[in-house]
Amino acid sequence: MPSLERSRKRWRHLDNVLGRTGPFTDETFVPGLETIQALERNKILFAPLLSRDCLSPNVWKNTIDVSNLNRQFLFREADIGKPKAVVAANFVKKRVGGVKITPYYGAIQDKDEDYYMQFQQVICGLDSIEARRWINATLVNMVDPDNIESLKPLIDGGTEGFKGQSRVILPTLSSCIECQLDMHAPRAAVPLCTLATIPRQPEHCIEWANVIAWEEERKGDTLDTDDPEHITWLYQKALKRAMDFNISGVTYSLTQGVVKNIIPAIASTNAIIAASCCNEAFKIATNTNPYLSNYMMYSGDDSVYTYTFEHERKADCPVCGNLIKDLWVDGSWTLSEFIEWMKEQPDTQGLKRPSLSKSGKSLYIQVSGLEEQTRPNLDKKLSELVSEGEEVVVSDQALPVDLRFNFIFKK
Amino acid sequence: METTLPAPPHIQGPSSKEKKYDRQLRLWAASGQASLEDAHVLLVQAGPSAVGIEALKNLILPGVGQYTIVDPCEVMEEDAGVNFFVEEDCVGQPRAKVSCEMLQELNPDVKGRYIAQPVEALLRDPEFLSPYTLILLVSPISSLALKTIATYAWEQHVPLFHIHSLGFYSHFTVCLPPSFPVVETHPDPTTTTDLRLTNPWPELSALAKEKTDGLERMNDHDHGHVPCVLLLLHYLEAWKQKNDGRVPATYREKQDFRKAVERGARIYNAEGGEENYEEAAKAVLKSLNPTTLSRHLREIFQAKECTTLTKDSPRFWVIASAIKTFESRHHVLPLPGSVPDMKAKSADYIRLQNVYKAKARRDAAEVLATVRAQEQALGRTDNPISEAEVENFCKEAAFVRLFRGEPLQVVSIDGNGNPIVGHEEPGSECSDGLKSIRLALEDTESLMPLYITFLAYDVFTNRDVPLDSDPAGASTLLHPAPGHADSSVHGDEHKLLRIALSILSHWYTGDSSEIGSRISDFVREIVRFGGGDLHNISALTGGMVAQEAIKVITRQYVPADNTVVFDGIRSKVWVFRRTAGMFRRR
Repeated sequence: MPSLERSRKRWRHLDNVLGRTGPFTDETFVPGLETIQALERNKILFAPLLSRDCLSPNVWKNTIDVSNLNRQFLFREADIGKPKAVVAANFVKKRVGGVKITPYYGAIQDKDEDYYMQFQQVICGLDSIEARRWINATLVNMVDPDNIESLKPLIDGGTEGFKGQSRVILPTLSSCIECQLDMHAPRAAVPLCTLATIPRQPEHCIEWANVIAWEEERKGDTLDTDDPEHITWLYQKALKRAMDFNISGVTYSLTQGVVKNIIPAIASTNAIIAASCCNEAFKIATNTNPYLSNYMMYSGDDSVYTYTFEHERKADCPVCGNLIKDLWVDGSWTLSEFIEWMKEQPDTQGLKRPSLSKSGKSLYIQVSGLEEQTRPNLDKKLSELVSEGEEVVVSDQALPVDLRFNFIFKK
Repeated sequence: METTLPAPPHIQGPSSKEKKYDRQLRLWAASGQASLEDAHVLLVQAGPSAVGIEALKNLILPGVGQYTIVDPCEVMEEDAGVNFFVEEDCVGQPRAKVSCEMLQELNPDVKGRYIAQPVEALLRDPEFLSPYTLILLVSPISSLALKTIATYAWEQHVPLFHIHSLGFYSHFTVCLPPSFPVVETHPDPTTTTDLRLTNPWPELSALAKEKTDGLERMNDHDHGHVPCVLLLLHYLEAWKQKNDGRVPATYREKQDFRKAVERGARIYNAEGGEENYEEAAKAVLKSLNPTTLSRHLREIFQAKECTTLTKDSPRFWVIASAIKTFESRHHVLPLPGSVPDMKAKSADYIRLQNVYKAKARRDAAEVLATVRAQEQALGRTDNPISEAEVENFCKEAAFVRLFRGEPLQVVSIDGNGNPIVGHEEPGSECSDGLKSIRLALEDTESLMPLYITFLAYDVFTNRDVPLDSDPAGASTLLHPAPGHADSSVHGDEHKLLRIALSILSHWYTGDSSEIGSRISDFVREIVRFGGGDLHNISALTGGMVAQEAIKVITRQYVPADNTVVFDGIRSKVWVFRRTAGMFRRR
């Protein structure tokens, strides 16, 4: 280990802030050695590189693709195809001597609480809501009121084009990602009948190729959106359909964008949001200044604009409130209609294979064996299955905790 | 049975460049990328901050054409603590060289150069700045270099960014040329639809009449598929007949009209309602507003560049003038021609879309004819403006913006080291710039007090060496930073506060005690930094600078006009317009 004398010379700028009190510092701030050592001991989990596929078995997709090179400064052309976590860790270790980095290349939900307990903070820049909700609920569930060490601040960042946001979450103490789900409205889905019979936009033709034509003509083939042959096939199908309906605008690039749900991303926005997250982590770790409480929205497409505010906790948050939430439903819906409806609601979006039960009784359980037994319930009306005010529990692989709802029938 | 299918048409997949830049081409398209690749960015720095290097990183990754780093310093150990693009074993080497090479690794498509000399010496060559299309100037920098570069940039219309990142704070000013128009501002598509429902042209009215003929007698399927735009035109026609030819104008009238539309929907059908009617009802409040010219467009039409075209007028002004002619003739802008998606049968929607597109093409053709006539009159037919450019301008017309740059003024100092700035005279009208400063100072959310503290910092460190002196190096041109040593903290706080309050007194004549106490907090925090850079803040600021540079280079999106201040403690940005009047002594 290098002597403290030598290693601190490098940090001359930083030490001014660590060694001096400022007008906004908290009274508990101790300038000097103690803070420096606290910073050096800090162990942070960065979960920035996991893609939307991290919740599926396809973890191999977390490797470097050529389209990452326009914004990710830790990767070079020679790294294409290698695991992101490993390349990034090696590069940072080379540039910043004295930092210890352990790459973990795999799915976040394979790790248990003991794994997360070793860190002081978690910073994440995940690109899917499911992954965010998972890590959020895990950290909320870990909090043990008798052990302050069990509370791990979660700092989350995300970008889209010239816009982004960063937020600081103190699990159980401040508004959590689940409380803030309304900040991510789900994209309106195009009705299937539009795709099947009355397409009007190039996107409709592409979705048709993706959802209907593939299923009809290449059943059994698993669609791989990273396979150029597959994208080309969809593109040609979509193009043909567009020509049949006199619709213009189907291109290869649009096909890729629709099928892979590509979100534009640039280096500068990522720099802003990543640095903002690290700035908050630094302030939390060192207490050198107050940290963000608790949400900053950044927008750079029309001048520069930030909206910094405190997002309030939701008393009925299914994760950190752990309360039962009232759910207004139509009793004449069938259970299967209800499940489809649920998948489009802001609070329950992204459900994959939800299972429902009430007071120990299975309503519909998506586990082989049980699925067949409970399938007949799908066509039954909600009012036949559940009575007014009864508690229904929803569980799903996309949810780390079960959601509890009180069913109230719309009059 | 096997059938032989014709071979699929040959599909040109994306090129390797399109693959690499896919995520950004979706934002600024091939045209923006071409502008980026034509750019040559100059970074001038002499201080410890990595903010300029961080900005360059975000320009090199997306493929800026060339960059040049001018930096006289050698790598010191402390650089490795703030700058990701140096390594500890490079101590003693020229910092410009080390950073240039490490940045170059990011993208082999980009050409990087460095000059490891003080910029003051390089500026003696009057041609030195001529290769560069955008300049990033990072503080602390001598006022000699700042003044010379700012004058050049203003005279040669080269965009200049002046950037300072210090501890948890930063700011930068974007100095644009005197006239900087942006056509592709990328407004939010949901707020910009122009359907002309209140003043339809004959073809659109005819289509509405045809497609809503016998509406009440239609079968449920047809009734539920009449496009909402045509439904609205149908119900508007009925409304006009009852209301002396007027369209619903007030909020109340629009509510009544919406109810009239809703009453037309069939609810006793299988779906229990009709989506096209729901869309129509939803569109009433925002689609029935008469189209008015934006303030920005009025300014463009009134600009002297627009009213007096010359042989050498930039293309922007020739087209703007033709659109002005169109507008004065028809009292509307050329139709953009896009139609949002709506519930409809495919063929009906495509027909509707074609009616809009055809009208947009006719309008653009009329504008083009005016442009051609102007080219004739001005004797510039040898290099005609392309049809595509005119069409594109017509499509974007309502959201075109014009920015008026300001030369970058610096705070000068009198013989006693006191700042000289523009000032407000009690009782008299002050300039617009100062008026907005005064309002900003009274707004407790504004970061104007922080900006004043930054200006005071420049005065504090500036030695104001005369232009004709012999610059030996940046270090001799600047005083040490306030708070550079623990022993100097107290004295430096006093001195910096005195300078800041002196600037404040020029700009604000009212009771300034509350503003003064905010400034005092910023002064203490800034002295605490001791001139030091925090990598997180310089990385964040470098990201903002790069976003703005990309907007300026591609002439797309809306640039910040013109000064951005960032507070990394409260995580907030404040944008205001820095004017020459703030610095000009009367």
